[in-house]
Amino acid sequence: MKCMITLKIIPKDNNMEDKSNSRRQFLKLGAGAGAFALAGLTAGKLLSAGQENNANSGKKIKVLTTDGRVLEVDESQLADPSLDVVVDKDSSHLGIENRKFVMVIDLAKCKNARACVEACVEGHHLPSDHEWIKVYLLQNSEREAPYWFPRPCFHCDNPMCVSVCPVGATYKRTDGIVLVDNERCIGCKFCMTGCPYSARVFHWNDPPELHETAPYSPETTFPHKEGTVGKCVFCADLLRKNELPRCVTACPMGVIYFGDIVEDTVTNGMETVRFSELIRDRAGYRHLESLGTEPSVYYLPAVNRQFPYERGFDGLDPKQKERYENTAAYKINPLLKHE
Amino acid sequence: MNNATALKTGLWKQFVPYLERTSKWWYILFGIFFLGFIFGLVGLYTQITEGHIVTGMRDNVVWGMYIVNFIFFMGLSYAGALISGVLHLFRSEWRGPIIRMAELTTIFALLIGPCFILFCIGRLDRLHYLIMFPRIQSPITWDVIAISTDIIGCIIFLYLSFIEDFAKLRDRTEARFSGWRKKMYRILALGYTGTREQKKHLHWARNVMAAMIIAIAIIVYSVLAWIFGVTLQPGWHSTIFGPYFVIAAVYSGTGLLIILMALYRKIYHLEAYITKGHFVKIGVLLLIIAAFYGYFTFSDYLTKWYGSAKMDKVLIDKLFTEFYFVFIFSNYIGILLPMIIMAIPGLRTIRNITLAAIVAVVGLWFNRYLIVIPTLETPYLPIQDIRMAWIHYSPTWVEWALFIAGVSVFSMLMMLASKLVPIISVSEMETVEEEIALKEKNVQSAKA
Ligand code: SF4
Repeated sequence: MKCMITLKIIPKDNNMEDKSNSRRQFLKLGAGAGAFALAGLTAGKLLSAGQENNANSGKKIKVLTTDGRVLEVDESQLADPSLDVVVDKDSSHLGIENRKFVMVIDLAKCKNARACVEACVEGHHLPSDHEWIKVYLLQNSEREAPYWFPRPCFHCDNPMCVSVCPVGATYKRTDGIVLVDNERCIGCKFCMTGCPYSARVFHWNDPPELHETAPYSPETTFPHKEGTVGKCVFCADLLRKNELPRCVTACPMGVIYFGDIVEDTVTNGMETVRFSELIRDRAGYRHLESLGTEPSVYYLPAVNRQFPYERGFDGLDPKQKERYENTAAYKINPLLKHE
Repeated sequence: MNNATALKTGLWKQFVPYLERTSKWWYILFGIFFLGFIFGLVGLYTQITEGHIVTGMRDNVVWGMYIVNFIFFMGLSYAGALISGVLHLFRSEWRGPIIRMAELTTIFALLIGPCFILFCIGRLDRLHYLIMFPRIQSPITWDVIAISTDIIGCIIFLYLSFIEDFAKLRDRTEARFSGWRKKMYRILALGYTGTREQKKHLHWARNVMAAMIIAIAIIVYSVLAWIFGVTLQPGWHSTIFGPYFVIAAVYSGTGLLIILMALYRKIYHLEAYITKGHFVKIGVLLLIIAAFYGYFTFSDYLTKWYGSAKMDKVLIDKLFTEFYFVFIFSNYIGILLPMIIMAIPGLRTIRNITLAAIVAVVGLWFNRYLIVIPTLETPYLPIQDIRMAWIHYSPTWVEWALFIAGVSVFSMLMMLASKLVPIISVSEMETVEEEIALKEKNVQSAKA
């Protein structure tokens, strides 16, 4: 835990008044450049100084300043994660100001615990056959070691899906997030063939009717619409509430780091690190860089692993196990029980 | 000229009974195709009510038989577009009896083809968004523009070629047409009486349209190819796709034309007008196109196979294992058999040429299948899907039903058209005769 800085996320409805308000409060906390919640204590809860509610709750939370000092602040000054933020379509097109989100996935720590998948499916109310994040068992070549490879949407900076969409239903925001407007999508599936990472899924039938009355927003993509595409949204809805994406907080291994390239910080909810240092020290790379899609998701190679990859099969549902059974990594491994 | 006049009146004699009366067989055949059409409607209804889940398409193979059929029918439409355009522009003397069929094929296939895109789209109710919120960056938008231009262009071209015949039908008082038909012919003839001036204008317009149709046809099919070519998918990301698709389209179009010639020749007893000579000439055309098409296919697969790009290798391996027989049939037999039949003069009988054409057309359909499906089954990230049943694509009855409906509607339209107008363009035959006569005169005067 050498550099414990989490994101400072500007809250929703961030008008000028709020901004000055937040600056004042940062100053009050004695951190000229901005204050940051101590990640270890507030995973998923990030500092929100723009909140109107200033009544002290009495509960103190530790936060960390950029110069490394730990401060205690009242809980009321942190964003309330249960706050439901559904933004209208226009603001969902703009993105969150002064942000450029980035994700780093540490392959050395992944053991296919599938908590990310579950949290994602649950959090986004996805139909049973939809998975926005998938865990692949990859092996680059015969003599190389297999590794688990979680794959969300890469939110590319040069996204093929956005280029090919005939109606502009898929779009790229200023904060780097690629979203789908399910009320615009005509279901031509061109984006699905365009995406080289198979990141998109399609509503082949009428999705189960859950919360049908909830207002639709491309950030939640909810309620789902038949005949349109869906994909990982980097939990744009939670980002508005200053929370980390669901897969990040759900992972028990802290595999997934999420952060901001402008602030050069990423956190996995347990530790917060400089993005550039992490990429430099751990030889971070992007998957299939040669395709020129410029993904926003980086990977740290599976070196000095914490578990042998076989552990990924432990306690796996037979249905889930089945999906990896035709991989070479499964077939040739004598340690794995082959029925 | 005498000969030509005799031919002409003969042709009219031949056709008028067919236009006047309808045989029992016509109704039976039409009924069968109509059932095929109804079957398709049932399939479509099922798909609309139950969602696309009733098709074989899933998250990996998101485009299935619908897209195959779309490319296929669009390809058939080139029978007319390119062939009639080229034949017309170059004044081939043997075009007379063929050109009308070519034009009809074009227009009908062109109307059916885009329907398959509609079946493939998840939200038909939002189709108008393509026009309301178009994004010019998308090849689909290019396609929308290109196909609508093509349809309009082809309709104009076809109509121009019909005007003279409509005028003739209007003027044939001895034929017993019902009232509405007479009226229809009168309106459609646009007051054409065949004056020198009218002839000149019409001729000019047809030439311009023929040239334009050729250009549009090439553009449309290239744009269609680019829908695949611009993506990064292994097997699609190829620079040759534009011209490759164009030549493949002409190949299937020519094949279909031969099949139709054989059918109409039999049904309407047109042995005197559609001769073996016609079959051989268009067969030679098929041979030349097959050579080009085979060459393009070969270069495309050779470059993929020879290099060692991993995904290309995976794809080629798949084509030669899982899809082995389909690959052999479509890319070897479908190309080589027509070439062999046409290359050996002894084999060039009408029956053999028709057989070659059938093999060419069916082979081409499978070639399209091999372009679309295996690539989608070979994504960069290996398919490790929880739903094992979702990995491999196989079309369901709904997709077959709509395919059958497409073929049925095409046949029904051809049958209806042959009832309304002579399937051989009488005016075109005339023009050809005139041209020949003119040429002969020129030759004679040059000699003198
Ligand atoms: S499926 Fe929807 S989002 Fe994807 S390209 Fe088509 S219209 Fe755009």
